[in-house]
Order: sequence, then C-alpha cells, then structure tokens
Amino acid sequence: MNIEEMLSRNSFIELDARKRARALLDADSFRELIDPFERVTSPWLAQQGVVTQADDGVVVAKGIIDGQPAVVLAIEGAFQGGSLGEVGGAKIAGALELAAEDNRKGIPTRAVLLFETGGVRLQEANLGLAAIAEIHSAIVDLRRYQPVIGIIAGTVGCFGGMSIAAGLCSYLVVTRDARLGLNGPVVIEQEAGTAEYDSRDKPFIWSFTGGEQRYHSHLVDAYVEDDAQQIRGVVSAFFQKGLPNKNRSELYPGFLACLAEVDASAQATPETIRAIYKKGFSS
Amino acid sequence: MSPAIEQSRGATWLSLLTGNAPLVAGYPASVRVADAKLSGQDARYIAVVPDPDNRFPRVRNGEVGLVEGWELARAVHEIIAADQNSETKRPVVAVIDVTSQAYGRREEGYGIHQALAGAAGAYSSARLVGHPVIGLIVGKAISGGFLAHGYQANRLIAFNDPKVMVHAMSKASAARVTLRSLSDLEAFAARVPPMAYDIDSYASLGLLWRCLKLANPDVPTASDIAVVESTVAAALEDIVADPRRDLTGRLGAQNRQASTKVREMLRAQWSPRQP
Repeated sequence: MNIEEMLSRNSFIELDARKRARALLDADSFRELIDPFERVTSPWLAQQGVVTQADDGVVVAKGIIDGQPAVVLAIEGAFQGGSLGEVGGAKIAGALELAAEDNRKGIPTRAVLLFETGGVRLQEANLGLAAIAEIHSAIVDLRRYQPVIGIIAGTVGCFGGMSIAAGLCSYLVVTRDARLGLNGPVVIEQEAGTAEYDSRDKPFIWSFTGGEQRYHSHLVDAYVEDDAQQIRGVVSAFFQKGLPNKNRSELYPGFLACLAEVDASAQATPETIRAIYKKGFSS
Repeated sequence: MSPAIEQSRGATWLSLLTGNAPLVAGYPASVRVADAKLSGQDARYIAVVPDPDNRFPRVRNGEVGLVEGWELARAVHEIIAADQNSETKRPVVAVIDVTSQAYGRREEGYGIHQALAGAAGAYSSARLVGHPVIGLIVGKAISGGFLAHGYQANRLIAFNDPKVMVHAMSKASAARVTLRSLSDLEAFAARVPPMAYDIDSYASLGLLWRCLKLANPDVPTASDIAVVESTVAAALEDIVADPRRDLTGRLGAQNRQASTKVREMLRAQWSPRQP
C-alpha cells in the first residue's frame, strides 16, 4: 500500500463492532436487534462488581448483503476483551439459529461473524462455554444452507472456544493484525511455562498465530488489507462462490496425513509448519 | 502401562459399557473407539484416554491434542458415512474424561483450534443428520477438551462425584486472566454458580439431562453399572422420541434465564415490522 492508498482507504480495524457491521451491509439496510437501549446486560458481571455494557459486547445486525437477507454478528473487542458471557453468547447463537430456521422456510438468510474475542468470559465461565457450544452447533447447522463467513480483523484476535467457531466457518478472512489460536499466550505460559510459550515475546507469538502465517499455512481462506471496501468485496466474493466442496473442519484425512509427517520430538517453527501444510488438505 | 493409567475413568467406563468389546483398529492409543450394542442396537463408543507415550509431549495426561481432535472427527465421520443411506442412524456415546485441550507451541502452530473444530463439527453434524449423540461425563470435562468431545451431544449425563468437573479454565489461569488472586477467584466461585467448579453448581445451569450418584465411580459396583447403562438407554429413548435435533433441551433453568430471554427477544425482532 502506498501513501496515497493509505490515506484514501477506510480502516476496518479502527471501526467499533457496530460500525463494522454497518460497513458490511448494503447502504441503509442496517437494523440492530436487542440494541443497547434495551439494556440487556450481563446479570453475572453486576454481581461481581464488574461494570456491564448495554449491549454486552455483541452487536446483532440484520440487513442486506448484495440484495440477500443477512445477519452480521459483531463482537466488540473493547469490552472485556471481546469475551462471551451468557447474554452475548445467546445473541450470537440465537441469531444463527434463526438464520438456519429461515433457510428451512425458504428464506436464504446468510451470516457473517466478526471475531474479536478472547473466548469464554471467565466471570461467567460455564455459561460462556455452554453458549459457545451452541454457537458451534448453529454454525454447523447454518453452513449446510449458506456459507458462514468469519472475519478476524484484529487487534484482539480470536481465541478460546471462539477459535473453534472460526474453524467451523465455511470461509475465514484475516488481516495482518489478526491472530487466531486456541489458547491465549498468557494461559499457555501459565500452564506450560515460558520455555514453551513466552507471552511477552510478541514477534514470536505473531509468527505462530498471526494472520499472515495462518494464511500461508492454509488455515484461513483470505488475507486482506485493513480496508473496509476490500473486506466487503471479499465477503461478497465468498457468498457468490457459494458453499465450499468440503468445510475445512471436515478435512480430517488431509490434516491427519500432514500431522503424521511432523517430527513431534522437535519444537515447532513457523517455517516447518508452512512446509508441512504447504500442499493443503483437500486431497 | 502403569496401573494408574489403566484406571483412567474414561478407559474404565468405555470397557464397562461396551462389555470389553475390542477397540476399533487404526486409532492412536489416546483415542479409544469401540463398537458395541446399546439397547440392542449397534452403537459407537468413543473415549479420550491418557497416553504417557504420546509423541506430542503436551498430550500425555488425557488432553485433547491435534491428533486426538482429528481422530475424533474421523471416528464420528465414519459412522455418518456408514449410515448415510440408512434410515437408522446409529447412536454415538462420548465417554467424557478430558483434562483439557493441550497447551503447547506445537499445538498452536499446527492449529489445534482447527483440530477441535474438526471434532466438534463432526459430533454436531452427526446429531443434525439424526444420529443420537449421548455425552457421559465420568471425570473431567474441561474447556476445549469438552467442546471437542461431548458438548455437542443431544443429552448430557454426569456422575455426581467430586472428581467430576466441568469448567472453562484451570483456577490458576482463570485468576491470572481476570487479574484476581486465587482466593478472590475461589470466593466468587463459591457464590456465582457459572463460575463454580463443582458438579452441583453446574447441574443448576440446566445443561445436564441427568446427574447420577454412584457408590463407586472408579471401581463400580454391579448396581452402579446397571444404573449407568439404564440411564444411557433412557437417554437414547428420549432422543428418539424427540423431533428436535438441536440443543434447545438445555434451556430453561433458573440460573440460565437470560439465554431464553435473549432468544425470545431475537425471535420477536427478527423480521422487520410491517408499517
């Protein structure tokens, strides 16, 4: 990107969750469900003296994408690290369930998920985990009818049970500022020690879980600039492409064949991972 | 193999419920798959067990690692494919005793999130196409390990026992991430049911279909085994009688009212109001 392009682009990362959802929907089609004025907040954070937020950090936006009915589910990374509790989790699961139901009734509602999340909100631990299991179920249901597109723009990234949700999407889009991994760096360090994973070594962490590495390891489908128009274009292209032949989460023969080639006695490096995964998993 | 490993609850209950059926060949030591009867019909039973010789060093204590995630996916997809053209979809029983997902550099690097998506997606697909899926929690059911192995079940059954635990993260890590001391975390866990680590608090969230008190879950008596077998059989009957293939049976508990309220509001607002 040259300076002129940089000045003319519209950053997607700098947008909050609501503006991101708006940027993906056709002009003036944005309609928020359970908006902040309804004040459906977390009943559990208040009990623990933690400040709540009027939308519990999740925006459910109905609207139109390329003339087709759509729902965009955007997680606000600025509230509690984008963590999912009971309310935010139910918003995402419930909306995806209704989208699948629409398809069974002949309404081709499609979904885009904007992941900006550390996973389960630990103050609501088991209710977050339960909601995430329901999100997994609803993605698998909906992706039988319409592509479910996940976007990880950054800068929070996508971790915990929601990284599994990302792995269930039909298509996954990342920027250079995205990170995608199951376990947050601090947790791996806590559980396995700094020799295994040094949470303060940012370049090390990005070299394993950053968007560019994930793209070159075939763990995501598109690697884009931080540009709202470009991201919208990619979403549009994936919807036009339709359902993939196989979802990435169904490619167990390919992944098992690759993992059989891994020398597990040696510590992994970004280069060995790219080399092992370079052929992809479809064959 | 050490006696302690032999006694992993997952391994014990997989053998008991399958009448020591031979394990399906071709799976790693950490993923046990056995085909046996359930209420007189063919069923597949699956457990993740500790493998002290696992070639991935962070996966030696019963965690779900990269290979385990994808092998669970394979074990379930095999059944979906086998019954693809059949009216009868054979049941799948996940015997759950998973310490957690694996925490390690290799795991993150090779995409353990994707491996667990493979497993969760397989179980979920099986349920959605009509395979009755039953999750039997005999020990730990922690975080990503549980999401990959069992949490997609139509019905969840747990033993009411101190060694049975369902949770999102270990206490030490949860304290660190939430910037609380361990004693503060434990104080909150004692009065906030979703944060608690015990099975009674978990049961209060409405996610379990049944919670069973056994005389001895580690060395079960004949009546313990009979109770578990009849409960799994009853779960199967309940699933077959239920037209729903989703997870709505988990909603409705007092401690989970917001989950229902949010869904009701979404449904009411889903379609634009006519002017």
